Amino acid sequence: MTRNRLLFIALSLACVALFLADLALGSTDIALRDVWASLTGGQVDEVVRDIVLKIRLTKAVVAVAAGAALAASGLAMQTMFRNPLAGPYVLGVSSGASLGVALFLLGAPLLGVAGGSVMQTVGLAGAAWIGSAAILAMVLTVSRRIKDIMVILILGMMFSSAVDSIVQILQYLSNESALKAFVVWTMGSLGDVTGRELVLMLPVVAVGLVLSVAAIKPLNLLLLGENYARTMGLNVRRSRVLILSATVLLAGTVTAFCGPIGFIGLAVPHVARMAFASADHRTLMPASMLIGAVVLLLCDLISKQLGFPVNTITALLGIPIVVLVVVRKKSLF
Amino acid sequence: MIRLENISLGYGARRLLEGVTTRFEAGTLTALIGRNGAGKSTLLRALAGLEPLQAGTITIEGTPIAELDSAEAARRVAFVATDKVRIANLPCEDLVALGRAPYTNWIGRLQAVDREIVADALEKVGMSDFAHKTMDRMSDGECQRVMIARALAQQTPVILLDEPTAFLDMPNRYELCRLLQRLAHDEQKAIIFSTHELDIATKMCDTIALIDTPKLLHQPVSEMATSGAIERLFGI
Repeated sequence: MTRNRLLFIALSLACVALFLADLALGSTDIALRDVWASLTGGQVDEVVRDIVLKIRLTKAVVAVAAGAALAASGLAMQTMFRNPLAGPYVLGVSSGASLGVALFLLGAPLLGVAGGSVMQTVGLAGAAWIGSAAILAMVLTVSRRIKDIMVILILGMMFSSAVDSIVQILQYLSNESALKAFVVWTMGSLGDVTGRELVLMLPVVAVGLVLSVAAIKPLNLLLLGENYARTMGLNVRRSRVLILSATVLLAGTVTAFCGPIGFIGLAVPHVARMAFASADHRTLMPASMLIGAVVLLLCDLISKQLGFPVNTITALLGIPIVVLVVVRKKSLF
Repeated sequence: MIRLENISLGYGARRLLEGVTTRFEAGTLTALIGRNGAGKSTLLRALAGLEPLQAGTITIEGTPIAELDSAEAARRVAFVATDKVRIANLPCEDLVALGRAPYTNWIGRLQAVDREIVADALEKVGMSDFAHKTMDRMSDGECQRVMIARALAQQTPVILLDEPTAFLDMPNRYELCRLLQRLAHDEQKAIIFSTHELDIATKMCDTIALIDTPKLLHQPVSEMATSGAIERLFGI
């Protein structure tokens, strides 16, 4: 218990340190003194202030929110499906979100419908939510009839592939500017979120995180499977709705604003389990959120230094962890 | 304690049980026997309120189980299923504590009294030394005991077990049944478990419920042994 408390403190400190590093480092060299002055409202050049506040601060906040959101939804999905390889990405939630975005960015112009920029913001997020909710509903409907978890995983992958080919058809039919907007979205970026979008994104992610915390007790009971959970007094249907709503809000929103960011939702819960040696979601849920924020901040720092898209970094960091989990074969569920 | 009134069970047109009326009393250990596919698991699930009845009512302590919400039902009936549970990083103590779920708050916080009940449950099944061990490193017999401790922590008048002896060797089977016998008699619980072990059923239980499709024959062991029903059904 004490060991885990120390870990929580260490992770919180790491999170703060990386957050500050994310503000201090970037493609433009800005003296630490000026970064501090921008944050505290001191005397500093207007351009420098804009870079620190509008670009770096927004991006760092997005990294924290997206990291926590993806890790929390990944943890919930792994427990709910009792599968260590489950996660928003594997089960096709991100694919669903990209279909929604593709229909919005590519399909709408094809039909001759285009909105203003505010419409775009609300519409893009809305389209991603609807897309991810639709895919999750399909996976869930199927999972009720099928007992074998591997089959559900394969179906999730098939859904993703089917969705991807529909997206390709839309791409094939689209004009250059719409196509470019979509391709840029798929690369995943923490930096494209504007301050106005952040105002929309943060409350929704916050609601998703609150729902995830509310799902802690149901998730603990679901560790033993739905049969046991029900006989220990869990309303399984209501819990499914709660957990899936949280995942739609978290994974759907992050994907809508940042594009599909892979492997955070899959790998971070495993890091939390290993680091905290626990299966209790009262520990794992906050731990996953914290580690998710730390990892995505770290990925953002690395991607800034190397100039690569953040998606490539999350994959290269996440894949070894997933490989480790598969090789160790410890029964998690 | 638990009363079945004219119940019918089945899937669609396939009737497993029809017009069954009987009761299971506190302080008795009952073996539920029957051929494969006769509906032992289905009946147990129905007693736990997990399976809808085609007709009739099941009442526990006077309340129809269909009228209880899941939390209320979980305070009356505990269930030990056939699913193998082996969760890494989950100490036995925490697993047993999950049995307190119907009584704890929204996040499952344990009070001092809950901790006492958990420790007590582990002691009753003789697994106190395993409180801090995790199940992925324990034998099947030990795991089964911990799952029973979890059911005890639920503090229900009724405990149902679906083939609790299935994965166990001979000494462990008897050991487990002796435990169930003790719990039924000392704690005054109604314990019903399904099994294929006729030997155990006739030697160690108080009553036997035999599914002779679509009837349920429920009698004290002595009567059942002389009735010839077991021999007829199993062809021995």
